[in-house]
Amino acid sequence: MAIRINGTEVAAPDDVRVSLLDLLRERLHLTGTKVGCNQGACGACTVLVDGERVLSCLTLAVQAEGRSVTTIEGLGSADSPHPLQLAFIEHDGFQCGYCTPGQVCAAAAMLREIEAGVPSYVTADLTAPVLVTREEVRERMSGNLCRCGAHNGIVDAILEVAAGRAA
Amino acid sequence: MSRIQNAVIESVKTVLGWVPAQWLPGGTPDPLIERRAAIGRQASRQDGPAKVRGEARFAAEVAMDRLTYASLVHGTVTRGRITRLETAAAEAAPGVILVLTHRNMPRLAPLALISFTDLSAVGNSSLPILQDPVVRYNGQVVALVVAETQEQADHAAQLIEIDYAADAARTRFEGAKDDARTPASILIEKNHVSVGDAERELERAPHRVDNVYRTPGHNHNALELHAVTVAWQGGSLVVHDATQMIAPSANVLARLFGLKKEQVRVLSPFVGGGFGGKGLWDHQIVAIAAARLVDRPVRLVLSRDSVYRIIGGRTPTEQRVAIGADTEGRFTALVHTGYSIMPTYGACPEQYTLGTRALYRARSFEIVQRHLDLDIVPNTFMRAPGEAIGTFAVECAVDELAHAMSVDPIELRRRNEPDRHPISGTAFSQRALMQAYADGAGRFGWERRLAQPGARRDGEWLLGMGCASGSFPYVRMPGANVRITLRRTGEATLSCSAQDMGMGTATVQIQHAADRLGLPVEAITFEMGDSSLPAGPLAGGSAQTVSIAGAIMAAADKLTAELLRLAGNASPVAGLRAGEVRLVDGGITSIANPSQRESYQSILTRAARNEVTVSAAGSPPLEMLKFAMHSSSAIFCALRVSQVTGEIRVDRLLGSFDCGTILNPKTAASQFRGGMIMGLGLALTEETLFDERSGRIMNATLADYHIPSHLDVPEIDVMWTGIPDPRSPLGARGIGEIGITGVAAAVANAVFNATGKRIRDLPITLDKVL
Repeated sequence: MAIRINGTEVAAPDDVRVSLLDLLRERLHLTGTKVGCNQGACGACTVLVDGERVLSCLTLAVQAEGRSVTTIEGLGSADSPHPLQLAFIEHDGFQCGYCTPGQVCAAAAMLREIEAGVPSYVTADLTAPVLVTREEVRERMSGNLCRCGAHNGIVDAILEVAAGRAA
Repeated sequence: MSRIQNAVIESVKTVLGWVPAQWLPGGTPDPLIERRAAIGRQASRQDGPAKVRGEARFAAEVAMDRLTYASLVHGTVTRGRITRLETAAAEAAPGVILVLTHRNMPRLAPLALISFTDLSAVGNSSLPILQDPVVRYNGQVVALVVAETQEQADHAAQLIEIDYAADAARTRFEGAKDDARTPASILIEKNHVSVGDAERELERAPHRVDNVYRTPGHNHNALELHAVTVAWQGGSLVVHDATQMIAPSANVLARLFGLKKEQVRVLSPFVGGGFGGKGLWDHQIVAIAAARLVDRPVRLVLSRDSVYRIIGGRTPTEQRVAIGADTEGRFTALVHTGYSIMPTYGACPEQYTLGTRALYRARSFEIVQRHLDLDIVPNTFMRAPGEAIGTFAVECAVDELAHAMSVDPIELRRRNEPDRHPISGTAFSQRALMQAYADGAGRFGWERRLAQPGARRDGEWLLGMGCASGSFPYVRMPGANVRITLRRTGEATLSCSAQDMGMGTATVQIQHAADRLGLPVEAITFEMGDSSLPAGPLAGGSAQTVSIAGAIMAAADKLTAELLRLAGNASPVAGLRAGEVRLVDGGITSIANPSQRESYQSILTRAARNEVTVSAAGSPPLEMLKFAMHSSSAIFCALRVSQVTGEIRVDRLLGSFDCGTILNPKTAASQFRGGMIMGLGLALTEETLFDERSGRIMNATLADYHIPSHLDVPEIDVMWTGIPDPRSPLGARGIGEIGITGVAAAVANAVFNATGKRIRDLPITLDKVL
């Protein structure tokens, strides 16, 4: 079974050891997905699999067979950027830019998780609808490390996009 | 560094003391300080769109035909010798092309260590790289496997069998003190500074504090792993590297591999964070050697574990700070001494006492650093080397004295604020730390702080506020070169091998060039990240921006002269000299009579030229030696400490900075915040755990070394005085490192204010608070 990556069908690699991350970066040259630790600790490799955020370094490529993968390259383009991409620029939600694709992909899926009512560690009332608060965003984005310290800008960008959606 | 160097530097400083300021760089303030347009604007990053789309290509992302992949093997003893090395299984494994060990590694000379007197020396370690069977520290590279795929290389690396005969190793900080070395100098400063009799003053001072502060090892942990993609093309070498030192690396690699300078090209247009760690280490050397042997391109991406093993971090320190004060709180003695690790084969002295020399006036000083030799991967420069942890010790001590004297800690600092450099007597170029304090205290609400510890609470939470000063020296590096090409269309291209790790190098230099050349920012392109361009200095010491700015200034002067020559006698500006004109609105204009002007287009058209190109180097940075030049800051922290768990939550953090002209408020605020967040890690979570029994780092992963994550980071307020420094290009000073300085002390002082507990041992984890 093929893997659908940004709308294109791709054959799964022959070598079952190949991670989804290495398939993307080394074989398909989709290098927007980054490698920061290769052990699920930093979030730089975050991509969307069937719309949910996944650490591609901890996912074997063969696990994605029959599924739909969206990387940063598929999330937006130069002509039609994703609102999060524009908001990250506006709020300076990055410096070196290395964790950025992972942050953007994680944020896109994270907002859908909140919309779907999935609670988090900081959700006070588990029976009420979950609100997009600064605290919720900070908690839910904590799996995506940033060493340059762009955290404030990242959270501001996400909150702005969330507010735009709600409006 | 030697006594001879101390003497040379002192003589230069003495001579410069007699030279009138107007003869030196910065003698007359940069005219752009008064008339900036693009500078100071809230511009978004030039490379922002590429970065958010994932299109910015980093070193490990360059596609190449017939690319091979490499994997490293690290030694597992701290000192010893390889007694058995079995590589046959690895060599026979599928896809393997080469197993590189000391047996087949080309013979190479050791690297020259980073030096502030030889700018082409950039080695972090002078140890031999895969040259013999000797292991000199735990984690040293002992083999490299090259294969068709990464999976094959990683698998084969595990098939190599090695036995070692272990020797006794020096791994204990405490135990090494007996053999501590006292170097003559720390970077370009004299190490041991003794003014008056500080110990005696301390003894008879009516108020004094005298304590020992400890800081652990740290690792940079840039999110991008160290990586190279290397190709030999004919006899030439192309290295796509993640590096902060493009031009110097190219020079060193040429020398090491016996090539001409023009045969080596190092490219690094984007670097995924550096913080001092992205320099020249062993991995580039073995990858380059391997690529020559397999005659194919090689990619080597270090694992996160490998980064900890072979890229040094910040040394642990033990610092004594003692302050004596008279009844008015005026310092009569300031003592700052300590120990840190600096192996003889390393380059970084972790200058934790240098900042102390400029922070406070005191009647007497006793300052000295002692180095310990341990068998470790050599420690190196990490964001605000010295000041980040030196300010922790000094600024906690000041807070302790203020508390003991029942004086507000800002007031105590005000009483000891120097009007000249306290030790050299040199004039400050500009210093408004007290204004930064006043501005910061006002916005932060410092007046709401209660001096009595533990006086504020909210349920189980004890609330506290603390403040501290930060400081970082101004540095402008020699050896910055820029080429400007001005075209008849009114567009200009600036070229420099400069690097960007997220500072916004191109963004701010384009803003600068727009004002310097009198062109709109849209008309300017900044080429960088490539050693084939005019050489820029390494990106370090918070120095790159002013260093390149100085070169652009020099090149713009040259361009002005060249344009006047081309303009000739038929021009409206004929007869004017370079000093009588300025570059504005796309042309040359007389300063005395602004209606007397001619556009670039007109000048170049008449001269039948499509473009004009000039190259220049920045002036020697003598202003650094003539004046005391420092960025400074006042950091404020409000936090809460759980009485039940000891958990610390930082509610608010404010940095008030005095760093000269702020060139771009958006990117500058990000750099300040970024430094402050790394300061939060330094204060609360970060620690490289070193097993003193084995000599091995125990937490070599991002899961076990805790850098601040989103939930750890509150909204961070930053503000600045914006007062230009009259002695520097654009009136700017460095901003990349000052942000981290002072933060750990502000946090520790706030913890004391909340709980009454003095934690003098970083990081302030909950076990220490309970």
